[in-house]
Amino acid sequence: MRDVYVIGAGMTPFGELWNKSIREIFVDAAMLAIEDAGVDHIDSLYVGSMSPGLFVGQEHLGPVVADFLGVTPVPATRVESACASGGVSFRQAFLEVASGVSEIVLAGGVEKMTDGADVTEALATAADQEYEVYHGVTFPGLYAMIARAHMHQFGTTRQQLAEVAVKNHRNGMKNPNAQFRSEITNEQVVKSTMVADPLRLLDCSPVSDGGAGVILASADVAKKMKSRAVKVIASTQASDTIALHDRTDLTTLGAVVRAAEKAYAMAGKKPSDVNLAEVHDCFTIAEIVISEDLGFFEKGKGGEAVEKGLTARECGKIPINSSGGLKSKGHPVGATGIAQIIELYEQLTGRGGERQVKKANIGLAQNMGGSGASCVIHILEAI
Amino acid sequence: MVGIVGYGAYLPRYRIKAETIARQWGADAEAIKRGLQLTEKTVPGQDEDTITISVEAARGAIQRAQIDPQEIGAVYIGSESHPYAVKPSGTVLIDALGIGPHVHVATNEFACKAGSEAMYVAYSHVKSGEMKYALGIGADTSQGAPGDALEYSASAGGAAFIMGTERVAAEILFTHSYTSDTPDFWRREGEFYPRHAGRFTGDPAYFKHIVGAGQALLEKSKLAPKDFTHAVFHMPNGKFPQEAGRRLGFTKQQLEFGWIVPLMGNTYSGSSPTGLAAILDVANPGDLIFMVSFGSGAGSDGFVYRVTEEIKAIKDRAPKVRSMLDNGKIYLDYGQYTKHRHKIKLNE
Amino acid sequence: MISPRYAREIPQRYQLVAARCTSCGTIGFPPRRVCKHCRGRQFEPTKLDSDGKILTFTIIRVGADRFSKQTPYAVAVIELNDGTRLTAQVTDCELESLEIGQKVRLVFRKIQEDGKAGILCYGYKAICV
Repeated sequence: MRDVYVIGAGMTPFGELWNKSIREIFVDAAMLAIEDAGVDHIDSLYVGSMSPGLFVGQEHLGPVVADFLGVTPVPATRVESACASGGVSFRQAFLEVASGVSEIVLAGGVEKMTDGADVTEALATAADQEYEVYHGVTFPGLYAMIARAHMHQFGTTRQQLAEVAVKNHRNGMKNPNAQFRSEITNEQVVKSTMVADPLRLLDCSPVSDGGAGVILASADVAKKMKSRAVKVIASTQASDTIALHDRTDLTTLGAVVRAAEKAYAMAGKKPSDVNLAEVHDCFTIAEIVISEDLGFFEKGKGGEAVEKGLTARECGKIPINSSGGLKSKGHPVGATGIAQIIELYEQLTGRGGERQVKKANIGLAQNMGGSGASCVIHILEAI
Repeated sequence: MVGIVGYGAYLPRYRIKAETIARQWGADAEAIKRGLQLTEKTVPGQDEDTITISVEAARGAIQRAQIDPQEIGAVYIGSESHPYAVKPSGTVLIDALGIGPHVHVATNEFACKAGSEAMYVAYSHVKSGEMKYALGIGADTSQGAPGDALEYSASAGGAAFIMGTERVAAEILFTHSYTSDTPDFWRREGEFYPRHAGRFTGDPAYFKHIVGAGQALLEKSKLAPKDFTHAVFHMPNGKFPQEAGRRLGFTKQQLEFGWIVPLMGNTYSGSSPTGLAAILDVANPGDLIFMVSFGSGAGSDGFVYRVTEEIKAIKDRAPKVRSMLDNGKIYLDYGQYTKHRHKIKLNE
Repeated sequence: MISPRYAREIPQRYQLVAARCTSCGTIGFPPRRVCKHCRGRQFEPTKLDSDGKILTFTIIRVGADRFSKQTPYAVAVIELNDGTRLTAQVTDCELESLEIGQKVRLVFRKIQEDGKAGILCYGYKAICV
């Protein structure tokens, strides 16, 4: 397997992009990535998108975006793994370069969620349609059940959940592409509208439009642009039962644990070697559980860790979601996994601006689908 | 011997008080309670309908009869609130309870008499020797237009009866039906609420048919009212069955255990069948039970039952009507009630 | 919801029909083609116990459009006495009084409607006991 590098990145602002169609959003992000990398062509592209069929009535997204990007006839493939579509798109591009099939590959992700579809129902298709969704389960509902189990088992508090949102908004304020660039207080979170007990509106990532793209390349290509290249030192993926109720432990995301074990082994690193992490905080509880399942904190201590500031960008033990995370930056589901990679890429190349994490050499991106039925992890290292 | 080998009833947990409805329309609650002789009524949960009520009632009947559901040869559900205009209610029920597919299923409708009609048809099939067991059910989630007198009574519930020839708990000794074309109460296709002809629903309709069927049944059976331990009549309100009993020569004491309308309301097709179930819950071997239903349009089905020793064995195998009437009640305000009864116009 | 998809699940939804692996005894609900425990391929039909307890739950305040007229409603992960786990609504209860460990029983209820003119969809819900 060949070494693979990220050599360029670009994204649209995340938010309600009323005047842009899904193809325009993707093309804007992809052109920024191509220009950032300074390449004159790509050999193929992947586009992660969870449900363009339900959101805007468009399937067959690969050729749609290849056509409007003006890169036909390169192979163009849509990748779907619910909210992990972006991360899996990146992994497909990684494998294509690593295998030697291609030299330069665009890994993108896009979602257009504000065109009027029933977003709750569309997102719920990532759960077991016949045995969860049939009974009225929603995604906030599934994570609320994880939250209640975690609170019951480990004494995680309502305030600790809220602290995740407060921290991520604080980080997102410094991200020009974030959907919500405003500070929120713990009290605002715990008094916001109840969505699915115990989760409230400000525990939830928003409904967003947005696109993101990165360029992956072989060592030969990357060599020419050393200052702008970051090495991908692990790419792993794992699956779990589609239904939450089939998990033996409702407070652990098994796919995260498995993908993380493999990622640390592949990279030859330990959790303590990681300098920053972008994790899938679709709901506040998710960040707490993931921070444990990635091995940053002992099981059950994730709530306490965020409360003590151990995941803060400024002085944390392990800064989590310096970008603002899904909570503040926004969560156009197919684009999220790529946007996580972009944050690591910018941080590891010292382009983090106001939100630059000190001593950022190794970054980890964790992206997942459903209630954790799929998880993809990448570890990137500055060179 | 042909008769009831198992029975079950089901009442939803939700209730609304007459006062709550009266307050909404500026009506005099005390006068209404006195006039109708009822204080509250059952309301179906948002997830309950004639089918789910029938399933839970029939589940109790099977538990009491302790028979293999596969041996049930026919299922009839009588209701005036079948959830589908076209598609049988009984097909859902047989698949939920493991009856069939070798089973005859039909839907009955005859206003409030559809339940006793289902029982009568089930009984006749068994009596003819055509099958070993047949299931007859009366259940409704009754409709009454907002502000109408019916709104105080139209309620939800039902009862199910398995007819058979072995281990009979209540033998059916006599039956008699009395029917004429009487337009006292109806609901046209596509209309949401039924209409009624006011006081015409009384003497020319309810009393004429109940007394007509009742008198014929007494003559046929050569029994006198005093021979019966219990009697139950269709209960559109608290007053009518008392008056029907008086006209036929029954005492208040004989009506006591089946007269569940003050707390249940009028469960339409489920009314007298659920009253019968409440009587069976307390009946002793040898008791004679007199039952006459009434359905607008109009007609009455009368039955004479004789309780056997088997009643002692089966009574406690399933929930009793009185316990469902008295326990676990959840009271609704009028707003919640309109939501439960799908009276709010929503975007679909 | 289209009829064929609904009809296929009727045995599971109406009668809790599951499949027990003949080699290791693991119950699959819904029935599976391959045993999740031992990868066995032989099964015998079985019916789930209808009694169990709540492992975790939530109260949905914002539902998909199809469920919006039911809100608020409780949804729980339930472990049945035979060890099988499933997701179901908890109905007929005071939402505020629910707690983990609550004993429940599955009953037959209407779960959803396919719009105003489509089919009615039934199945299991839990009630507190």
